[in-house]
Amino acid sequence: MHPALQGILTILVGVGGCVGYFYLSNQFLDKVLCPPRGKNAGRNINRANIIRPWLFLLPALLALGTYLAYPVYETLRLSLTERSTLPDGSTAYAWAGLDNYRQMLNEPKFWEALRNNAMWLAVVPALATGFGLLAAQLTDRLKWGNIAKSLIFMPMAISFVGAAVIFKLVYDMRPIEQEQIGILNALYLNFGGEAPIAWLTVPFWNNFFLMAVLVWIQTGFAMVILSAALRGIPEETIEAAIVDGANPFQVFFKIKVPQIKGTIMVVWTTITIVVLKVFDIVFAMTNGQWETQVLANYMYDKLFRSNDWGVGSASAMVIMLLVTPILVWNVRNARREMK
Amino acid sequence: MDIAGQKSSLSWAVNISVVLLVGLWLFPTVGLLVSSFRTSDQISTSGWWKAMFPSEQNLTLRTDAPELQVQEGNLYIIEGRLFAPDKDAVISEWGVSSREIDSYTAGDTAPLKKGGEVTLQADGSYRMENTEPFTGTRGTRIFVTATTPPEFTLRNYQNVLFDPSNSEGMAKAFINTLTVTIPATIIPIVIAAFAAYALAWMEFPGRALLIAIIVGLLVVPLQLALIPLLKLHNEIGIGKGYLGAWLAHTGFGLPLAIYLLRNYMVGLPRDIIENARVDGATEFQIFTKIILPLSFPALASFAIFQFLWTWNDLLVALVFLIDSTGDTTVMTKQIVELLGTRGGNWEILATSAFVSIAVPLMVFFAMQKYLVRGLLAGSVK
Repeated sequence: MHPALQGILTILVGVGGCVGYFYLSNQFLDKVLCPPRGKNAGRNINRANIIRPWLFLLPALLALGTYLAYPVYETLRLSLTERSTLPDGSTAYAWAGLDNYRQMLNEPKFWEALRNNAMWLAVVPALATGFGLLAAQLTDRLKWGNIAKSLIFMPMAISFVGAAVIFKLVYDMRPIEQEQIGILNALYLNFGGEAPIAWLTVPFWNNFFLMAVLVWIQTGFAMVILSAALRGIPEETIEAAIVDGANPFQVFFKIKVPQIKGTIMVVWTTITIVVLKVFDIVFAMTNGQWETQVLANYMYDKLFRSNDWGVGSASAMVIMLLVTPILVWNVRNARREMK
Repeated sequence: MDIAGQKSSLSWAVNISVVLLVGLWLFPTVGLLVSSFRTSDQISTSGWWKAMFPSEQNLTLRTDAPELQVQEGNLYIIEGRLFAPDKDAVISEWGVSSREIDSYTAGDTAPLKKGGEVTLQADGSYRMENTEPFTGTRGTRIFVTATTPPEFTLRNYQNVLFDPSNSEGMAKAFINTLTVTIPATIIPIVIAAFAAYALAWMEFPGRALLIAIIVGLLVVPLQLALIPLLKLHNEIGIGKGYLGAWLAHTGFGLPLAIYLLRNYMVGLPRDIIENARVDGATEFQIFTKIILPLSFPALASFAIFQFLWTWNDLLVALVFLIDSTGDTTVMTKQIVELLGTRGGNWEILATSAFVSIAVPLMVFFAMQKYLVRGLLAGSVK
């Protein structure tokens, strides 16, 4: 079957199935199981009200359970087992305790990935939030501010892979006797550089050239959120500060920033999570060579190149572990807000 | 408002900084876009930022083949022009050997190795003369340094999109990406809308806990799900393919969908819903007739998110979709492959990348309002 046809069929089956399920199950509840008439009408209405939310929730809970909750458990389990292929071709899983973790901790590539991830975590959220705040503040009262914002926001729509191609062109290197077609080398030579540099192959510094890609993408996100927060600041506080003789920088740093601290934290943590999961950029641009490995790509390597599910799962658990504090913080915030 | 006195100087500074910032952010993308309209020769001989201006290039060109020679008296002559008729170029220096490409200037006459001589004018027209007939099947090579005006071509797009013989073309991958994206965008919306309604407007024990769990699942890394789900898909017979990719995208998109939609639905006016309940509408009717239409902005926000995410995704496609035959490859994967095999062929890379970027960019500019609204609602405040 042609995939497009298959796609249309899936939409029909998927959407039809969902709507059909919701409609029929509600009908069943109202007409058959707990009809709101007869001598038990009152009791039936109450019962229907208890059951109905779960009818509405069931497909979502099933999908969430299968696709997110179960994998957390299963990954943990796999990280503690050793997978092997038996002579008859079947696979067996044997309890391995912490062996996978031990093996992982002994690999220099893992430490390299961890170190690089730490650098990404230190640099990308800070720069993206900083640039975002700058862009939000600068465009705030500008006539063409909305156009400017929309152009800075645009990279959000571009895939990590697309961005990787865009920046590969920026970092491109040609031999010195040829014309440079990468803007970075062209500028470098123009400002006194002696020989063009293959930026992505210079250990340590190449990490920053990869980070630039993510900063470029995420700044728009930070700007949009922070710009809304800046708009939400009560005018009186700013006017009062100006009347008291504060200069624009004092107004920004002493009046505005403290009032949107909460939002800055949200932006920061959201970008932090993106950073922890960053995969495509490294995969497409260097594939972890020249000491640019990161955890997500290390994990992909282990799972699908060396076919080592144990160590792969162990490194996935490391990513989960790093995400957990933010997860807890988010849940606590959400609960506080609901009260 | 700023106070009047400081306005002029500061606002100049602000305007200039914003222009610089926007320029910096736009520059890389423009580079790729411009490159996708240039020939491979142009790309490799000059930076794209020079594409708007005439450029000096070293070219290797051929005269007409000897079979076109005419006899005038006792001279054999080939006349013609090195460039295509519609091309304006000005030759400064030239040569007849690859080691001496700059021995002559325009208007000079040079002796040919195989006998005879050639005169080349600045506009590329030449005249070869020989007392003997010219032999061989191909024309003579001439090496020129020429200044050519800016030139753009649609040929790259034609090759990448419409050439059926090009096995690295993007046409199939484009269709495949679309096939992944549309069901993976629509199905989670339907499932999430019902769940969000229950979480927003129905009272039941455990509701607060469920909401907390969904907020938690929002940040669970996709990476954890790869192996367990691939294993599951293999065990229940889905294997690698569209169905697996659709299901995976649905599962991964649900937390955000439920979260966004619930936050929006909770803000809808209570009166409307309670009045409908009093009037005897069933919950199902309330949902389909009142809540869904009112929630359109939130539905649109999530739809854009999910569309961008599934269109731009690489990891889910690598793990759940693309099998060893490669028939179901998507554009992101195709581009990564081109980066490996055609790393230096920027005309192919740039064009392929732009084909994949173009659709999300259009969606972005057309529906930015909803995207911003969704972002604002989606970040836990």
